[in-house]
Amino acid sequence: MSSTTASKTLQAILPGDFSNEDFRRAKLAEIDASCRTPVLFFFVSGLLWLLAGTLFALVASIKLHTPGFLAGWESLTFGIVRTVHLNTVVYGFCSQAAVGVAIWLMCRLCRVPLVAPGIVTVANLFYNVGVTIGIGGILAGDSTGIEWLEMPRYATPILFVSYALIAVWTIITFRLRAERHLYVSQWYLLAAVLWFPWLYGTAQVMLIIEPVRGVVQAAVNWWFAHNVLGLWFTPIGLAAIYYFIPKVIGRPIHSYYLSVLGFWSLALFYNWNGMHHLVGGPMPAWMITISIVASVMMLIPVLTVAINHHSTMIGHFGKLRHSPTLRFIVFGAVSYTLASLQGVLSALRSFSEVAHFTHHTVAHAHLGMYAFFAMVMFGSMYYILPRITGREWPSNALISIHFWGVAIGIVLYVVVLSGAGFQQGRMMNDPTVKFLDVVKFTIPYLQIRTASGLLMAVGHVAFFVNFGWLLVRMFAPYRKPVVSILAGAEIASPSGK
Amino acid sequence: MSYGPLLFLGILFTLASSWVGLVLMPQRQLGALGQHTDTNTAAIYPQARGGEAQQGAEHYRALGCVYCHTQQVRPEGYGADIARGWGRRRTVSRDYIHDKPVMLGTMRTGPDLTNIGERQSDYSWHYKHLYNPQITSAGSVMPPYPFLFETRPIGPTGPSTNALALEGAFAPAAGHEVVPTLRARQLVEYLRSLKSSGDLPEAPLKKEEAQ
Repeated sequence: MSSTTASKTLQAILPGDFSNEDFRRAKLAEIDASCRTPVLFFFVSGLLWLLAGTLFALVASIKLHTPGFLAGWESLTFGIVRTVHLNTVVYGFCSQAAVGVAIWLMCRLCRVPLVAPGIVTVANLFYNVGVTIGIGGILAGDSTGIEWLEMPRYATPILFVSYALIAVWTIITFRLRAERHLYVSQWYLLAAVLWFPWLYGTAQVMLIIEPVRGVVQAAVNWWFAHNVLGLWFTPIGLAAIYYFIPKVIGRPIHSYYLSVLGFWSLALFYNWNGMHHLVGGPMPAWMITISIVASVMMLIPVLTVAINHHSTMIGHFGKLRHSPTLRFIVFGAVSYTLASLQGVLSALRSFSEVAHFTHHTVAHAHLGMYAFFAMVMFGSMYYILPRITGREWPSNALISIHFWGVAIGIVLYVVVLSGAGFQQGRMMNDPTVKFLDVVKFTIPYLQIRTASGLLMAVGHVAFFVNFGWLLVRMFAPYRKPVVSILAGAEIASPSGK
Repeated sequence: MSYGPLLFLGILFTLASSWVGLVLMPQRQLGALGQHTDTNTAAIYPQARGGEAQQGAEHYRALGCVYCHTQQVRPEGYGADIARGWGRRRTVSRDYIHDKPVMLGTMRTGPDLTNIGERQSDYSWHYKHLYNPQITSAGSVMPPYPFLFETRPIGPTGPSTNALALEGAFAPAAGHEVVPTLRARQLVEYLRSLKSSGDLPEAPLKKEEAQ
């Protein structure tokens, strides 16, 4: 089980002329193979939730400009379908993709084959049962009504068990690591898996099991909801970026010290940001001010990480053309910087006066969750899947459709809704403009949003087909073409036709 | 930075700090906030909701109304909330002590509802608006809620007293009527109960309005 024994066996099997490089590669292949089943479970179930979430997103988007669409179905009313969309993509897709990527990165960076696969499998099973019950509950009208925590109380303890198991597994792997040096990605991964169960557990107790009084609920709500992005998705996304950029271009990260500064400043400031969602709200001013200050301080980790990643990439941008992983990851890294800068701006009182309560905020959320996080997850999957399955991606064309569909879709989405949302806010702040005129102003932009959603849906379907095709190849017997010495012609191996 | 224990301590300390600052401190400051009794009039504010309205809050939550309607009035001079007539004063923490969950909202696809009970107390307006918003607010993107109403044949004793007065394209088939279900009645009671306009020391009403 432990890696040292595994290394010894490997050396015993392959004695003699055995270079370090060969040994390293064999070791990585062994680690990758050990991750196959658990990581595939997370990726496949995550992807199925993504498809469901995309469908709900489209229904919600159409309803917002054509309110009569499917209006007779209670479970598909806008307030429910929008919530189901958020929960399927955030908890169904993003979290599962994140855990899959985190497991694989942790094994690779600790240089140990996956230990205790039982824990990971049980975590996955619990997780999907939990999300299914939670989504069913929301559809049935049992939503808690608390943003980002809508899943009813009979579903969330199951999810909590799952997060706790992942944390336990990560600590075990960390303790058994064969590589003593800790890479920056490991700091972020370790932090994320420890932070999240704590956040989730606290929010559940203080909001659902034993709710606190009045607006303290709003404080806990936004402390949690902002940290879902800040302390769960962001660290895992950054861990992946820190790993894949140097890996794909074959050069070390630009600066170790910037990495340290970026990590600790993120850990210090991000978790104080939440109250900027309540600017102008019925809270004491100190709470909101403290979060605005922390939001501005986020410039330090964001710019540090941006400089570090950009300086690593300099001179290697040509590689974007050949590596789908790099294309998605760099797209995500740039979006992270943009989303964070937009976040700093949105936290300021003067900007929030206009942009708060509008589609500008919706665009910002998608810039963070999709253009940054989901794109980084796609990029990571493009790298990880061929290595754990031992098969190449079947279709380059499908990869291109995926990338361009989602890239054009999300850029259109964010640009159009950011601009329209800001104008919507200006109109709302002018009391001479009738409210219904503000509503009518937004409709054409909401229609463009549906079009951008369709583009992203096409990308997701392309990814799904390519992924399914890869899995079919994995289960089909491997047919290596054999060259006949007699005819010089290529014939199939006996297992084929 | 390859020292595991230092990393662990840092991870735990950072989140603990914001938990103390943004969760524990607000709880200490606001967690025991109670009703206010006016020393002159002996009026108690805010009052808890009645049973029907409280049931209605559950439908408001379940149907996700909060995703398009806020329940918070920003201060004068910050946004146009007061100028739009959404409230006579800003809302403060005390306004929300009875709410479980608190539904402040973050999006104004529709108007703020903090004081909808003051702005619009007409039952039939609310029923028509919920049945199909186009009747009362043409061009709105609010979804219709036909499932909160029952369309049924008119009985032998004639139309029900609570049947909606629908005209033109919105009218049901001949010989039929549309009546609100229990849920619609509870939801409208809740909407009519939404009033955050008590005169509080921390959020006083303007003199002429308070009297």
